[in-house]
Amino acid sequence: MRYKMLTSLVALSTALGAAAQAQDFIDAKQGGSMIVTYKDDVSTLDPAIGYDWQNWSMIKSLFDGLMDYEPGTTILKKDLAEDYTISDDGKTFTFTLRQGVTFHNGREMTAEDVKYSLDRVTNPATQSPGAGFFGSIEGYDDMASGAADSLSGVTVIDPYTVEIKLSRPDATFLHVMAINFSSIVPKEEAEKYGPDFGKNPVGTGAFKLAEWTLGQKLVFARNSDYWNAGVPKLDQITFEVGQEPIVALLRLQQGEVDIPGDGIPPAKFLEVTQDPTYKDFVIEGGQLHTGYITMNVKMPPFDNVKVRQAVNMAINKDRAVRIINGRAVPANQPLPPSMPGYADDYEGYAFDPEAAKALLAEAGFPDGFETELFVYNTDPNPRIAQSFQQDLAGIGIKAEIRSLAQANVIAAGGEPDQAPMIWSGGMAWIADFPDPSNFYGPILGCDGAVQGGWNWSWYCNPDLDAKAVEADAMTDPAMATEREAKWREIYLAIMEDAPWVPVFNEQRFTMRSARLGGPDEIFVDPVHVPVNYDYVYSTDVQ
Amino acid sequence: MWGYLFRRLMQSLLILLGISLVTFVLLYLVPADPARQIAGRSATAETVANIRAQLGLDQPFYVQYGRYLGNLLQGDLGRSYLQRTEVSTLIWARMPATLLLMLGAIVAELVMGLTIGAVAALKRNTPIDQSLMVFSFVTISAPQFVVGILLLYVFAVRLGWFPIGGYGTFAHLVLPALTIGLLGTGWYSRMMRSSMIDVLAHDYVRTARAKGLGKLRIVTRHVVPNAILPIIAMIGIDIGMFMSGIVVVESVFGWPGIGQLAWQAIQRVDIPIIMGVTLISACFIVLGNLLADIIAPLVDPRIKLK
Repeated sequence: MRYKMLTSLVALSTALGAAAQAQDFIDAKQGGSMIVTYKDDVSTLDPAIGYDWQNWSMIKSLFDGLMDYEPGTTILKKDLAEDYTISDDGKTFTFTLRQGVTFHNGREMTAEDVKYSLDRVTNPATQSPGAGFFGSIEGYDDMASGAADSLSGVTVIDPYTVEIKLSRPDATFLHVMAINFSSIVPKEEAEKYGPDFGKNPVGTGAFKLAEWTLGQKLVFARNSDYWNAGVPKLDQITFEVGQEPIVALLRLQQGEVDIPGDGIPPAKFLEVTQDPTYKDFVIEGGQLHTGYITMNVKMPPFDNVKVRQAVNMAINKDRAVRIINGRAVPANQPLPPSMPGYADDYEGYAFDPEAAKALLAEAGFPDGFETELFVYNTDPNPRIAQSFQQDLAGIGIKAEIRSLAQANVIAAGGEPDQAPMIWSGGMAWIADFPDPSNFYGPILGCDGAVQGGWNWSWYCNPDLDAKAVEADAMTDPAMATEREAKWREIYLAIMEDAPWVPVFNEQRFTMRSARLGGPDEIFVDPVHVPVNYDYVYSTDVQ
Repeated sequence: MWGYLFRRLMQSLLILLGISLVTFVLLYLVPADPARQIAGRSATAETVANIRAQLGLDQPFYVQYGRYLGNLLQGDLGRSYLQRTEVSTLIWARMPATLLLMLGAIVAELVMGLTIGAVAALKRNTPIDQSLMVFSFVTISAPQFVVGILLLYVFAVRLGWFPIGGYGTFAHLVLPALTIGLLGTGWYSRMMRSSMIDVLAHDYVRTARAKGLGKLRIVTRHVVPNAILPIIAMIGIDIGMFMSGIVVVESVFGWPGIGQLAWQAIQRVDIPIIMGVTLISACFIVLGNLLADIIAPLVDPRIKLK
């Protein structure tokens, strides 16, 4: 009940906020420009391929999918789909498309493009990192194995209607239709450029690519034919790449930059957040992220649940949060608090070294043991790992820190006998879409507990896998609450087995210059990560 | 001369082949799977295996290397795993920035190094000499990462004389060129100093002085031109040093050259880019050394090529 009340309160405040921000945005005049910086180069703007921090939201501004989210929220809305229906068995989705939507090359978008785009992203030759999201579409397996060159489940009914049949009910399917990988691309352009489409993107989005100087900058220009009238407000966005976050922030303070795309760097955090000059321009937002320690249940002594529970009690999460200047909240379960299905009333394992020691003795390790803790070698992760090392020493566990490059930690985690413990910092799971199922399969389910998988704790509980399938079969929107409850049970059952120590949920802190307007939420948008560019406006022209 | 050049070029090719082999072996041994990087975290084992096969990563080492060499001979450096763009396109797009930085650094180190060296030699064993030599010692020892940040902080952030990183105008070039140039400044000033001291002790300098030439004239007409000879040949060798410096300096200053490209590729195990940048840098180093050997006899007839 408490949970229900809370969710309705959240929904209400979101709706109120959305109304206010909508009015604010509608009144804003169109025009102006902004400069956004990133440290890393933009690798590609191909929606079937791009999966980076810096290109995620850029792709959302250049392309549209059938579904999207209300700006600054995790609430699904229709995008290129004008409407949709779901069959009673939850296995057939029929989308009616908006008419008169044109690509940046001037051609009208039709149902054929939807089919082409889904075929393209699931075709193994495309090498899309997102192909796996489409596993529930009928004919996916034949596509993945190369036996077919088109998804048998996707049918063009007429130019504005497309029907998608699933091989199993999938409650997350509308979210999948909102993910970047489902963006609609024009066949003629994608085929003309082949693998270089990512450098010559053509979509239906609010902006179009005007200029790209490799390694230096990208310029987006407003799409004046955009179907969603009144969006976007800015005439132009310039993305400057190769800028260290600290340099970006200094430039912002001098008025040369409008948004540091990588956020406020730790070294400047206290200075900026405590300076009254910037009070109105620092923006904090939650994100769908959990940082955790994995314990490999295939490697003794972590095959003993008591040992894993003892470690859960030994880790001082508050201290870990302090190390990153309080830019996070301590976690006690896999799901982050802003994710549906989060168990508000769950208390988790309290920090209690004495009880942990007793449990460890009960497990047969009164004097502790020696182990290794793998960690990604960029700050602050090794410092956080040292804090864990001290915590573990407190109950007699001697953990040697193995600080490695990201790719090497990931590789070690994907082997059954390499990494007894891994701190996920810098590589931690940020949800692809706001649904509880997204934290399960690859990182806690049996599917991920394979060589080269992302389930680094190698935890595999067939009963929970079966429950997860049941939960995702609840496609009826009326069963949403029941489905959430089911997922909550799954995650709490996982905590009983304790393959992870959930440590904290990171908050995002960014800044904007005084030249920009728009609701705070879009600067820390939970889905259009990091910033929802379409809804930013310039105060210069107001 | 031509026979010598031909022999050296052949040797250079062998060296490059060796470098390509060593780099390829090292990248082959790195415990990270490029196919998994491409496939992303939601991929099934089947997808990863598929990508591995498409890229030929499931082939034995000699097949992979042979294929790479075959493509290389046709001028094909391959496509980046993550950007999907031709590696040659990515490198050529960034080459002008790196060359400009290199040129700026050479000018900076020559101007500063030769001046400091000359002054130190003329003021030999005075406090001026000693402090200049301490300065050169510091510039040789200081890590470029630290020097870069320091220059950025003092001259861009505090004083605001230069832009805080970036690329495009002469002002953008000054600090990164200085950062790389300072290392060479240390070397050149020390070499120039000892070379000048040598020359100053020669009979013709004494003769010049005896016939009543002014001090400035002696230094500019007789001492410096002779002292500089052995130093000119150093520039070619320097190019190798630049290549090791640009990775760090380009990252600190957000300079869009191949060093930055390499740094980002290394972090993400984008093997075709790492290979491409390594080979191109190796070409520079090899050619730089060759250039140094060719220039040496031209400026100093006492040296003969064999």
